[in-house]
Amino acid sequence: MNQKYLIPLTAVFLLFLVAYTGVEGAGLQWFFGFVFPYVALVIFVAGFVYKVLGWAASAVPFRIPTTCGQQKSLPWIKQNAIDNPSTSMGVVVRMILEIFLFRSLFRNTKAAFNKNVSNRLSYSWEIFLWLGALAFHYAFLVVILRHFRFFTSPVPSCLQFLEKLDGIVQLGLPGIFLSGVVLLAATLFLLARRIFDAKVTYISQAADYFPLFLIIAIAATGIAMRYFTKVDIIGIKTLTMGLATFSYVIPEGVGGLFYAHLFLVSILFIYFPMSKLMHMGGIFLSPTRNMANNTRMKRHINPWNYDVDIHTYEQYEDHFREKMIEAGLPVDKKE
Amino acid sequence: MTKNIILTGLGIFVLAVLSPFWFNMVTTTQAKPSPELLGKAKTEKKCVLDKYDMRANHMSLLDEWRDSVVRDADRMYTSANGKSFNMSLSTGENSCLGCHEDKAKFCDSCHTYASVRPYCWDCHTNPKEIE
Repeated sequence: MNQKYLIPLTAVFLLFLVAYTGVEGAGLQWFFGFVFPYVALVIFVAGFVYKVLGWAASAVPFRIPTTCGQQKSLPWIKQNAIDNPSTSMGVVVRMILEIFLFRSLFRNTKAAFNKNVSNRLSYSWEIFLWLGALAFHYAFLVVILRHFRFFTSPVPSCLQFLEKLDGIVQLGLPGIFLSGVVLLAATLFLLARRIFDAKVTYISQAADYFPLFLIIAIAATGIAMRYFTKVDIIGIKTLTMGLATFSYVIPEGVGGLFYAHLFLVSILFIYFPMSKLMHMGGIFLSPTRNMANNTRMKRHINPWNYDVDIHTYEQYEDHFREKMIEAGLPVDKKE
Repeated sequence: MTKNIILTGLGIFVLAVLSPFWFNMVTTTQAKPSPELLGKAKTEKKCVLDKYDMRANHMSLLDEWRDSVVRDADRMYTSANGKSFNMSLSTGENSCLGCHEDKAKFCDSCHTYASVRPYCWDCHTNPKEIE
């Protein structure tokens, strides 16, 4: 057993129990259902803004785009305008493709020894991280958007359309939402990858496992509430609408499982700005992706260059002219 | 230049995160529904399952009923309290809608509030609508 994933796993279990017992045993609905979500939201927004402003204030003196294709050169050499952009239009296309399709992950390769006699180290294309990541991110996005039904009343038709698409398989009642299943499956796959692939295990820290366990717990509690244990959905919506309209509503008959779900989401919000999850904001600011490779067309001056006190040859000659003439050295100005 | 782009993006993100709050300020918010028991249901007071079980599991029950009727032609359901019910959503006096007469005030009020759109009505009709 590896403490790098045992500690985060235990932490998520304890967090779940804190909320569950806090509500079921101590009756702290007011804290887990009203106070803590606001605290989490304030920390999330403030932390996110603080982080991004910090990055925005950092100097980016050099153009350091990663170049993944032919750069702009002579007219008869074809440029790869997206993978080695020289204009801001190319950069925009590159960023959109990176943000929506994770192209840099798509290029992921793995190193392994050949299984035949030669036993040579070889690199091959490894697509499953990209697939898992894409499935996870999009499923999570749909799940988050779907939860807006708890914060709007009446629910906008675009959200109802999304729910209709998400429930298109019409399996069982209440109808299954594909995004929830994909979210849980994809996070479990990403976790399995970290645990069973020795090379990934080696570079995985507790900070890599914690968000995975947290999101797995959030998805599992959500799925449990919808399909198995069942909750009073109308009661829950009065609570969430109360949160959205700043009025204190604690419905009766809503159990600890819901508060545990809400608490884990709040923990995710608090954890977000201080963790690797900030890649959500960071991807927009990655200098290796969002800069045009135009160093040979434009002069970029280091913003903190100061005027260097230089000693020119004229000044040198003015200083030593007489001595130079005495020594018979050639000078530009004779007097 | 880049600073302005970053600040614009950050502003949009914060607005999106806080959308539940301002969305409810600029739109009128529908209040919590209170489903009404009307007509027969009001006097009968005894449903297939007890109130909380019904609230949580009515959809699963209807799912089982559908399979039972369509596959086994078994239309009788005996509940835990010993009463027998005709497994039917909308046909006759002894069906769900036979007792809960007003679909809009009984079914739809909660379903609309929670944004649940049951596909019952893709096939079934509300008997009140035909007349």
